[in-house]
Amino acid sequence: MSTNTESDVGKGNSVHPGKPVMVDRYTGGARINHWITAGSLVLLALSGLSLFHPRLFFLSALFGGGQLVRAIHPWIGVVLFFSFLGLFLRFWKLNLWKREDGTWLARVRDVLTAHDERLPEVGKYNAGQKLVFWSMSILIIVLITSGVVIWDEYFAAYTTIEQKRWAVLVHSIAAILAISVWITHVYAAIWVKGTIRGMVRGSVTGGWAWRYHRKWLRELVAKPPAKDEKRTAAE
Amino acid sequence: MFPPVPNPSTGPQSPKFGEQDLMRRSASNVTPPAERQTEVAKLIDVSKCIGCKACQAACIEWNDTHPEIEENVGVYENPHDLTPDMFTLMRFTEWENPETNNLEWLIRKDGCMHCEDPGCLKACPAPGAIVQYSNGVVDFVHENCIGCGYCIKGCPFNIPRISQVDHTAYKCTLCSDRIAVGQGPACAKACPTQAIVYGTKEEMKKHAEGRITDLKSRGFANAGLYDPPGVGGTHVMYVLHHADKPEIYAGLPNNPTISPIVEAWKGMTKYAGLAVMGVAAVTGFLHYMVNGPNRVSEEDEEAAERLTGDRSS
Ligand code: HEM
Ligand code: SF4
Ligand code: SF4
Repeated sequence: MSTNTESDVGKGNSVHPGKPVMVDRYTGGARINHWITAGSLVLLALSGLSLFHPRLFFLSALFGGGQLVRAIHPWIGVVLFFSFLGLFLRFWKLNLWKREDGTWLARVRDVLTAHDERLPEVGKYNAGQKLVFWSMSILIIVLITSGVVIWDEYFAAYTTIEQKRWAVLVHSIAAILAISVWITHVYAAIWVKGTIRGMVRGSVTGGWAWRYHRKWLRELVAKPPAKDEKRTAAE
Repeated sequence: MFPPVPNPSTGPQSPKFGEQDLMRRSASNVTPPAERQTEVAKLIDVSKCIGCKACQAACIEWNDTHPEIEENVGVYENPHDLTPDMFTLMRFTEWENPETNNLEWLIRKDGCMHCEDPGCLKACPAPGAIVQYSNGVVDFVHENCIGCGYCIKGCPFNIPRISQVDHTAYKCTLCSDRIAVGQGPACAKACPTQAIVYGTKEEMKKHAEGRITDLKSRGFANAGLYDPPGVGGTHVMYVLHHADKPEIYAGLPNNPTISPIVEAWKGMTKYAGLAVMGVAAVTGFLHYMVNGPNRVSEEDEEAAERLTGDRSS
C-alpha cells in the first residue's frame, strides 16, 4: 500500500539521480508550516523572556512595550499551537521510536564527534530528532494549557489564584525547557551542513541522505518511481 | 479615643515622601534611603465598625472611581467584591460563637494591607509598576503597569484587580497622595466611630493595646492585633475580638505568607532557568569550536550516486 511507504519515508519524498543525487525531503506545505512554527516560537520566546527576568524586560521594546507584550504573547501562542499541530500531524508517524534509535542514542559519543559511519542506519529521523519532536510536542501542550490558565484577559474567572500560581510556575519552567530544546535543535541544523537547505529549498543531496539517513535513502531508492510521479502530479 | 488627624492647612505644601524614599521598586534594584521615614499605619478596629460604609463612599469620592451599579442579591456586600473601581469593601459574616451560642455579626473592611514584604511587588515583572516607600506605603504606578496580573498571584490577600478599561492593576493606595501632604486617608477621615484611625505604626500599636485591654475586660479573651509576621507585618492592621481565628472574618488569612509557589517561581526558577538556557547555548558554541562542522564527504555523494545508479539500471 502506498500509504505504508509514505509513512516510512515522508510525503512527496523522492530521489532524483544525477551528479550530485538530489533528494526531496520537504514539500512546500511542510516548509511553510515549519517556518510559521519557527517564527512564532521565536516571537514567543522573546516576548515571554521579557517578562521572565527584569534584565530581559528591554526585549519588550521589540513588541512596542510591556502592555503590547502582555496582549500579543498569548495570541502568538495560539498560532504556535495550531501550526505545531500541523507539523505534528505531518510527522508523528516518522517519529515513532524504532529499534535502531536505542543503538544510535547509546553511541552518542560517536554522534557528537561526527563518526557517523559508526552509527546504525536510520530512517528519515534519527533518535535525537525524534527526542526534539516528542519533547516539543509535550512542552507545547503544557505551555498552551498553563498559558490559557494565566491568560487573565479572557480566562481569569475560570481558575483560582492558587491554580494560576501553579500555572505560571509550570509555564515558565516549560518555556525554559522549550527554549533549550529549540537551541539544541537549531544548533544541530547549523552543525550538520546541508540540513538547513532541506527546510529552506526542500531538498538535500544524496550524500547527505547517505551519511545521515541511509535507511531512508534506501527506502526511497527502492520505491517504484512510477507511483511516485503519479502522486506528485496529483498533488 | 485617638485624636483625629487635624485638618490640613489650605496653603500649598511639598510632598513629605517621594522617589527618594523608595525602599523597593518592582523588577529593579534600588538603593534604599540611608534613613527610613517613620512607618505609618492604618488601624481598623473591627469591634467598633458599624458597617455604615462611609469609608467606601469616601474612597470612591477621593479616588474618583465609578463602581458599577449592581443588582441587590440579598447580601450586605456592595459591590459584590473588590473591583478596579472599589479599593475597599466591607465584608459581612454571620458567625455563631460556639462558646456563647450568640450570633455575632462580623464586619471587616477588606483592602490592601500594605505589607512590609509585599508579594505583589515581588511578582511584578514591570520595572517600577509597584513601589514601596520607606514609610511602608505600597503603591501601584499605572504608567509602568502592563496589566499582566502577576501581582494578583503574588498577593497573599487577594487584593489587586485589573481594569478592563486601561488594563492596569488597581488597589488601595493608603491615600498616598493625601498622607504625603499631612492628611489622613479618606476612609479614616470619614469613619464616624473612629473604627479606622491613622498615625505612625508605633502609635497605632499602642492605641490597639488599649483597645485590646478594653475588649478583654468585656469578655473577649482572645482579642488581639492582626499584624501578620509572615509578611513582615503590615501597614494596615486590624483589632479583632477573636484574633485566634482571623479566618472567621470573611476568610482573613491566618498567618499569611507569600506563597511558596510564587517564591519558587520568582527565585530558583529564574536563576536555574537562565543557567540552563545559557549552558545550552554555550555548549553548542564550544562543541562547534572544538569539532568544527559535520560535513558530507565526496565519498558520501559517490555512494549515493552508486545506490541510485543501481536503481536506474
Ligand atoms: C502555547 C500557547 C501560549 C500561551 C497561551 C501563553 C500565554 C502566556 C501568558 C498569558 C503569559 C503571562 C504574560 C502575558 O499575559 O503575556 C505568559 C508568560 C510567559 N510565556 Fe507564554 N504562552 C504560550 C506559549 C509560550 C511559549 C511557546 C513560550 C516559550 C518558548 C512561552 C514563554 C513564556 C515566558 C518565558 C513567560 C514569562 C513567564 C514568567 O514571567 O516567569 N510561552 N505566557
Ligand atoms: S498587573 Fe500587577 S504585576 Fe503586572 S505590571 Fe501591573 S502591577 Fe505589575
Ligand atoms: S496586601 Fe497584597 S496588594 Fe497589598 S501590599 Fe500586600 S501583597 Fe501587595
